[in-house]
Amino acid sequence: MTRRERGPLRPPWAGPLGLYHPGTTVVHRLPAGAKLAGLALAGVAVLLLDGPRSAVGALVVAVGVLLVARVPLHRTTRGLLPVTVLALVLGLYQTWSRGWEVGVEVAAELLALVVLGTVVTATTRSDALLDVLARVTRPLRHVGLHPETAALAVGLFLRTIPVLAQSSLDVRAAARARGLDRDPRALVVPAAVRMVAHARATGDALAARGLADD
Amino acid sequence: MIELDDVVVTAWSPDPAGGADRVVRLLGPVTLRLAERRIAVVGANGSGKSTLARLLNGLVLPSSGTVRVDGLDTATDGAAVRQRVGFVFTDPNAQIVLPTPLEDVALSLRRRFPDKVERLEAARAALRRFGLGERADVSVHALSGGQRQLLAIAAVLAVEPAVLVCDEPTTLLDLRWRRVVDDLLADLDQQVVVVTHDLDAARRADRVLVVDDGLVVYDGDPHEAVAHYEALMGQAGVP
Repeated sequence: MTRRERGPLRPPWAGPLGLYHPGTTVVHRLPAGAKLAGLALAGVAVLLLDGPRSAVGALVVAVGVLLVARVPLHRTTRGLLPVTVLALVLGLYQTWSRGWEVGVEVAAELLALVVLGTVVTATTRSDALLDVLARVTRPLRHVGLHPETAALAVGLFLRTIPVLAQSSLDVRAAARARGLDRDPRALVVPAAVRMVAHARATGDALAARGLADD
Repeated sequence: MIELDDVVVTAWSPDPAGGADRVVRLLGPVTLRLAERRIAVVGANGSGKSTLARLLNGLVLPSSGTVRVDGLDTATDGAAVRQRVGFVFTDPNAQIVLPTPLEDVALSLRRRFPDKVERLEAARAALRRFGLGERADVSVHALSGGQRQLLAIAAVLAVEPAVLVCDEPTTLLDLRWRRVVDDLLADLDQQVVVVTHDLDAARRADRVLVVDDGLVVYDGDPHEAVAHYEALMGQAGVP
């Protein structure tokens, strides 16, 4: 019997969002506000530009920025794999229904934006993102939304993604251990309960640290 | 000084027979003055000790009675109380909010240090103090359970509270990390109130409260209190 080498285990979540990678590249040194503004502009640009050529160009630029940022590829490639699969499926569907030009455009635009989002979160500390978001949302104070609270919500979002991914894996492992891995109830119900419990625990933790008192 | 005056905590609970929800007493009545530097709270699961701990920084508010920390009422001065009383949970995963240790500690310091450079330096100093300086920028998922608990404690102590309340901080840790956390808590300048199942740690406290069925049934000398608790568990059929 041949033994399949799987290599060292990796953490269940290695990106694409929510994990800062320290560095001194020009992308790291850019102000967080500039990176967020750039990401927003890129989003608008891919919406406005039509055609597969511009979409592929955007993807090439995004990958170029990723390479300049020197984010370890093993982090991004594994984290981007599900998005790549999704982009391929979407692209194939669009090719079948509307032609190859639209298929390539949709897939490349989606990947380009996710790669750029990955670069922003991998090269910017959450703390710096919170500062920018708190500044940007300052006008919302007039309608009762505290800027620090809005910024913290985004920070929590970034932290919660890997927690939920880990929780889903734990639930699947528990179901498998009981021989219930094909029973959707054994997967969905405990995962939902865990997510609600995590939300409550996080709320308690924020309250205990006084972060909900602003 | 923490003062609890005739505190009762109640909650709505579903009726097992399917009737209307009913009110159950989780804790109290409890009247205490807590001034010792090291206080341990022991009791069986579900006895009310976590409810007691959560009262101390306003995470739980009394249904009747008052809880005061240095004269501040947890019901009316909650934000000020939480600046004075830090809280450490059993599971550090619930407490760590941001993706890396440095960012998480910096989050605690946002109010104290509006300047980002000063804030990050203070966060690094806090991490170095707890031996996590080298791990400041790694994912919190890459930390061991013990390191995560140290991080949770570091994030709370970074704002220098006067009192630290810990709800079973070593329950999920192995023996090595349990000793690290116990030693760390023992050396703090702060007043520390620890809910624990570790009776050896309880014996080292200045005062031990034994909680059973929502009441403080013994309060005093650590060795006598632990003996009382062991006798209580023996009566309950625990070997």
